[in-house]
Amino acid sequence: MADLLRTPLYEVHQRAGARLVPFAGYEMPVQYKGVIEEHEAVRNAVGLFDVSHMGEVEIRGPKALDVAQRLVTNDVAAIQDGQAVYSGLLNEKGGFVDDIVVYRFSPTRIFICVNASNRHKDFEWMRSQARGEAEVVDRSDEFAQIAVQGPKAAQLVQRLTTTKLDDIKTYHFAVGEVAGVKDVIISRTGYTGEDGFELYIPAQDGAQVWDALMDKGQDLGVRPIGLGARDTLRLEMKYALYGNDIDDDHTPLEAGLGWIVKLQKGDFIGKKVLEEQKARGVTRKLVGLEVEDGRIARHGYKVVDEKGAVIGEVTSGTQSPSLKKAIAMAYVPTALSAVDSRVLVDIRGKPAPARVVKTPFLDKGKK
Amino acid sequence: MIPKELKYTKDHEWVRVEGNMAVVGITHHAQSALGDVVYLELPKAGTTVSAHQPLGVVESVKAVSDIYSPISGKVVESNQDVVGAPQQVNQDPYGKAWMVKIEIKDQGELNALLDAAAYEKLLKDTAH
Repeated sequence: MADLLRTPLYEVHQRAGARLVPFAGYEMPVQYKGVIEEHEAVRNAVGLFDVSHMGEVEIRGPKALDVAQRLVTNDVAAIQDGQAVYSGLLNEKGGFVDDIVVYRFSPTRIFICVNASNRHKDFEWMRSQARGEAEVVDRSDEFAQIAVQGPKAAQLVQRLTTTKLDDIKTYHFAVGEVAGVKDVIISRTGYTGEDGFELYIPAQDGAQVWDALMDKGQDLGVRPIGLGARDTLRLEMKYALYGNDIDDDHTPLEAGLGWIVKLQKGDFIGKKVLEEQKARGVTRKLVGLEVEDGRIARHGYKVVDEKGAVIGEVTSGTQSPSLKKAIAMAYVPTALSAVDSRVLVDIRGKPAPARVVKTPFLDKGKK
Repeated sequence: MIPKELKYTKDHEWVRVEGNMAVVGITHHAQSALGDVVYLELPKAGTTVSAHQPLGVVESVKAVSDIYSPISGKVVESNQDVVGAPQQVNQDPYGKAWMVKIEIKDQGELNALLDAAAYEKLLKDTAH
């Protein structure tokens, strides 16, 4: 694994006995104790994720907001300073260059969190599309990023900061001191469906914050969480994973992410295609499936009709640790996308009956 | 975690020879590499199997993997308890999580299996 990068927290993972695997060019922890145990720690208590591999790009200058508005699908003019939005970064065909979180520090400073595997592509795309009207800076190497997620996340982080976390609502952020480290971006966001924070920390201080969170969270049941459980947690919420569920060839409307597309705001890249697609109606949709024979429908498996003809494709699948059911996300023809529609998934040559179900798979309201 | 009395394959199955029967499962190393096992597919009693051919499928949250038959013969029993509770593969790979009993067709094939020392060496050599 000679060519792989390491996050500022690499030694912490080694010490914790993590199993490390190559992911997006980094050597990342896939699990510490076990996927199911880690999944449950996040649903019931609190877990720490090293997400330092994620990239950070900043758009700066008097026209930063205008440039951001042109680049992304959500409306950055409609939010306040100190607020963030989930958004699409699209190509001219309306497909995803990436899915991102846009942080508005001010109209002259927009901070964007991008997927690790897309970091260089996104940066080049944003820089070329900014057309010199704003400065675009890749700040990825400056940050360690730790996600603290779970019903006890706020209680844990509050023990390490004087910033009043009650004042930071969901999808808002503040800059404060955490575990003695200054200038930490404390963002009330995440990828698990639980309450929690994503902390952007000066890279050299990442391990200090991680160790403090582990230390102060012992009585709360804090656990380090690997990529394995990160995947099962996000899947239960039907959160898209770039490269699996969304990519250059799929639009937000097809992916069921119409809510991040604000067609009424000014012009943005991909808007024309989305307007046409909306008027015409999409031909395929990303839906949630429950596979009824218990086998897992995995990324790339085909959705087929009774005669075995391919009509769609599975994009992600797992056994849901919370629901104890085999769940999957798949693109299916619009006519088969309504809840309770029945389809078949070709699992290693044997069709498995599956049903379109309501998503998120895990209903947090009922829990 | 490599019981001395068992035989092993390079594909991380174990075999316990009981007279003309071979009891088969997957090793501690295999279950640990797979992670949480959530689904198992095993052949029905009466199925004829051949050495090195797929015998069944073990599926974890992370991956799906074939189980290869260590030996040729006829399946006389497959363990439906472990099919119903696949987490036993992680909890007790050499005990409750035995998978099939095979009536051995050719005792000579047993000589091709690894003993505990040879299997231990295989694990050491492939560890990075």
